[in-house]
Amino acid sequence: MKRYRNEVSPERVAQLEDKCVEIRKKLLNFIYRIGMGHLGGELSIVEMAVALYYEYMEYDPKDPKWEGRDRLVLSKGHCSETLFTIFSDLGMYSLDYMVERFETLDTAIFGMHSNRKYVPAIEVSAGSLGHGLPVALGLALGAREQRKQWRTFVIVGDGEIEEGTNWEAIMAAGHHRLGNLVAIIDKNGLQMTGPTATVMSIDPLDRKFEAFGWDVIEIDGNDMYSVCRALASLPPADPWVRRKPIFIISNTTKGRGVSFMEGNVKWHGGGIAKEQLDQALADIEKTRKERV
Amino acid sequence: MAVQTTYDFDQMLSNAREAYGEELMSMADDGLDFYFTYSDNVAPSSSAGKFVQKYPDRCFNFGIAEPNQVGASAGLALSGKVVFAQVFGPFLSLRAADQIHTDIAYNDVDVRLIGTHAGVTAAGGPTHNCIADLALYRAIPNLTIAVPADAGQCVKMIRQSMDYRGPMVIRIDRGGSPNVYADNSYELRFGKAIEAVGGTDISIISAGSSVYWSMMGARILKERHGISARVIDMHTIKPMDGDMLLKCASETKNIVTVEEHSINGGLGGGVAEFLLEAGFSGKFKRIGLPDEFAVLGDPDEVYKYYGMDPEGIAAQIERLLNG
Repeated sequence: MKRYRNEVSPERVAQLEDKCVEIRKKLLNFIYRIGMGHLGGELSIVEMAVALYYEYMEYDPKDPKWEGRDRLVLSKGHCSETLFTIFSDLGMYSLDYMVERFETLDTAIFGMHSNRKYVPAIEVSAGSLGHGLPVALGLALGAREQRKQWRTFVIVGDGEIEEGTNWEAIMAAGHHRLGNLVAIIDKNGLQMTGPTATVMSIDPLDRKFEAFGWDVIEIDGNDMYSVCRALASLPPADPWVRRKPIFIISNTTKGRGVSFMEGNVKWHGGGIAKEQLDQALADIEKTRKERV
Repeated sequence: MAVQTTYDFDQMLSNAREAYGEELMSMADDGLDFYFTYSDNVAPSSSAGKFVQKYPDRCFNFGIAEPNQVGASAGLALSGKVVFAQVFGPFLSLRAADQIHTDIAYNDVDVRLIGTHAGVTAAGGPTHNCIADLALYRAIPNLTIAVPADAGQCVKMIRQSMDYRGPMVIRIDRGGSPNVYADNSYELRFGKAIEAVGGTDISIISAGSSVYWSMMGARILKERHGISARVIDMHTIKPMDGDMLLKCASETKNIVTVEEHSINGGLGGGVAEFLLEAGFSGKFKRIGLPDEFAVLGDPDEVYKYYGMDPEGIAAQIERLLNG
């Protein structure tokens, strides 16, 4: 069982790092072809999403509704193209298929915001911010009551944490001591109109979550080894044990890997031109680590 | 359809809020599997409170946090069971509107939102009045809206909702409303209205506790004015029974609606929209709470003040037809 493993092998980390290069390139091509996306935040969550889908979640891409799977709720639903790209890479859809059915009125399956009705691998339809944590809380409560071993992960944005509903759910998860719930904040430091620090201070997140009864892990969320260490250290999602839910502060860079996007608030949403795509793909290739 | 004919208020007082808690207990005792959520709004002494005490593992209290309760109810449903979520009506519709729209209806989960204290039945003034909920619910796609006329019908809805696919709101009042139906052996189908009282001059389309007040109003109309009023129990506001409305339009010519809700956007609004598009040209009136924050008082007094009691309903209809 993957769930109870604590070791992180350097070889596997290297494979996952290479996978991130591949996913970022596919994502950029996808966004170029559909003409819209939220590349800044979609690029910042790549390491976490890759580590979860390719290594740490119990998950069968051939059977995305398998009852025993771990659940991932992408609360920052505007970054769903990262998941669609991963689903494509896992063999669920070809890139052409996704492009042809992206927001195309009555034939649409894919959209800027994820919809579970059309894409079975999407656990929860999202888009409006501040919804994922309460829904993930309910999933985790249900899993515990039904004595299920699966875990619930939820990825929230750092701007998104300003929504008050998150804090209702954070309070409730601490109260219920939901050890089978893992919330990950993609802390890329930017929201639509500026730095989170100037729009609305969210720090100190570690002390806030600890005060609400959570265990906190802080990592470099764009470093695959750090991501793997954090996910490998998660205790079993044992429904019989009541312990603190886990909060991973994943410090990332918005637009990660693309020189003209990194840390640039302008790249929150929109499309990408051909010259920009070429430059971005070249930048991403440069992030590939040399293997000896 | 056997409806009450004695109109002996004290003899037939029932309580949908108590009855539905008893039905939850009965369903659990029968082996049906479901979750129950609430937000610090279930008194231990109530029937729902007793259910919570007997089946604590399947019940979740989210404290005073309705959006989180509704969102988490969606998650609980996604974990594989039907969820009954009891929420104080005004806060369900207004505070948790976003969650009803996105987490419940858009995500298409089997959650039954039990909105309590419909209309002004909570007392305590406009902050606790539930007068805009139907207008909101009606505009949300994929959401069935059920408004039981009495406790017995509420019990039927709760039980039948276990086999219903999709999100649903069940709107009940505070409790202490009279029974409309003398016995509960009738067949209830969501989306299929009931002709509670026959009549030929006018149809009163109503839902919830207003059905009983409408029946009493119809009796006054007959006794004092010789007006034959039909009373329709439109227990499902969405999907609304258009066939029944067309039948009433053709057979009684005139139509009024009565509801414990603002006259804007609720049952009356829905009926008006349907009838106008169907080419209805008879007399029409919406009876309900006017477009203002309601006066303070005992619910019965407030309804009387706004002409929603039997005398008021009868007087407004008489004026509509003869004035």
